[in-house]
Amino acid sequence: MADPLLVLNDICLVRNRRHILENVSCHINPAEILTLIGPNGAGKTSLLKVALGLMKADSGKVVRSENLRIGYMPQKLIIDRTFPLSVARFMRLTGHYSEMQMQQALDEVGAGRMLNASLANLSGGELQRVLLGRALLRRPQLLVLDEPVQGVDVQGQVELFKLIGRLRDNFGCAVLMVSHDLHLVMAATDRVICLNQHICCTGTPAAVQRDEQFLKLFGPAILPHLAVYSHDVQHQHGSCPNQGCSCPLGEGGADV
Amino acid sequence: MFDDFMLRALIAGCGVALVAGPFGTFVVWRRMAYFGDTLAHSALLGVALGFLLEVDPMLAVMLVCLLVALLLFFLQRQQRLPSDTLLGILSHSTLSLGLVTIAFMEELRIDLLAYLFGDILAVGRSDILMIYISALIALGMLMYLWRPLLAITLHEDLARVEGVRVDLVQLSFSCLLALVVAIMMKVVGLLLITSLFILPAAAVRRLSRSPEQMAVLAALAGVVSVSGGLYGSWQFDTPAGPSIVVAATLLFTFLQLFPARQ
Repeated sequence: MADPLLVLNDICLVRNRRHILENVSCHINPAEILTLIGPNGAGKTSLLKVALGLMKADSGKVVRSENLRIGYMPQKLIIDRTFPLSVARFMRLTGHYSEMQMQQALDEVGAGRMLNASLANLSGGELQRVLLGRALLRRPQLLVLDEPVQGVDVQGQVELFKLIGRLRDNFGCAVLMVSHDLHLVMAATDRVICLNQHICCTGTPAAVQRDEQFLKLFGPAILPHLAVYSHDVQHQHGSCPNQGCSCPLGEGGADV
Repeated sequence: MFDDFMLRALIAGCGVALVAGPFGTFVVWRRMAYFGDTLAHSALLGVALGFLLEVDPMLAVMLVCLLVALLLFFLQRQQRLPSDTLLGILSHSTLSLGLVTIAFMEELRIDLLAYLFGDILAVGRSDILMIYISALIALGMLMYLWRPLLAITLHEDLARVEGVRVDLVQLSFSCLLALVVAIMMKVVGLLLITSLFILPAAAVRRLSRSPEQMAVLAALAGVVSVSGGLYGSWQFDTPAGPSIVVAATLLFTFLQLFPARQ
């Protein structure tokens, strides 16, 4: 297998004498979709920020492959009504791209008509698509998406997750995303990391769903939702670094 | 006919308005109104120190504003207190320090009102030169920082991931703002400085389709306000600084009657 694009090693992050992240180790392989799930305040966004270099971990190491091109889509983009900016201007704010490149990127994400729209007038779903298209312009090897379907209705969420999968297939880029829309994301990901300050369990969606830690975190009520959407499982185990964790992935060792 | 001092006032006022407009757009977009107020209030401490140390007041004001901007930048990074609390502390402590310092200098009679509300009718040739040199520097630097500033205004982390040196750009912008505040003080006075940032920018928002258009229109709106205000002040014998702000307010209200452009 090719070398991982990004490796996080024993990351600890402490704020206000509280552990936000505790001994978190994980990696992301080329062209893999890896999803971070976990309850509110589990440190998902913090982990993304550490991976992106926006936050410095108190201990541990972040290793990126050389010249890694990252496309980032932040959690929320609040556009002030007083800020007159067109989508086209927004797309080439930090880079130089031709009209054609921008149009292609928008076509790719199904937002082809929005090139000349005003950013402030876009709906939640449209804005997410534009953000994705903008991230694509950088020809990323790794797309980092923080809650990509936030504020989008269920139908739109399904479409967005499909789109993310298609982008991975078309561009061969890896995707690292955060989500707490559990039931939908399960169908759209290769590997899941269940985070609650530490890594509770990790593996394929199907394996994680059977995990006791996972059920403890989200409650058994989540199960019926998940069963419907999860897709076929090729058996591929991860390992759980958390001591005392009784998850079925414990013995795997292929991952993490 | 306009007298000579009126012409000087007009030239100085327009110079200030031309630079306040584009900076004002960022003050509006980045919600820095209170930051502008804080810089403006600290200007009085600069005036006081200028007299105390016998240096040119405008120069002293620039230095003090610059120091306050730097101090604020580092305090904000510590994240011990919310930004508006920090601003409140600095804003009023520097204003009061300035007033107390002035009170200590018994032999000196400073016309406080001239600094609080501006003294544009008293600008001399050297003031005009200083205003235009500072304005050119500030505008040139702003053009250089324009794109990264827009990126940061939209989303700081996104800009950072895409290689913008966020801290450096922000710090530079704060310092430039300090420079602009120093030259604005002469025209509208430190209590009204923020209005000349905000009113022209807010007035033309609905007419603008792009950030650049908004910056240029805000500069023009500022020039119209200054001209109108000075004319009113001359016509009705009202104080010049507040008259300029009243003119800007009237312009703002008038422009709201037009439909917004998308």
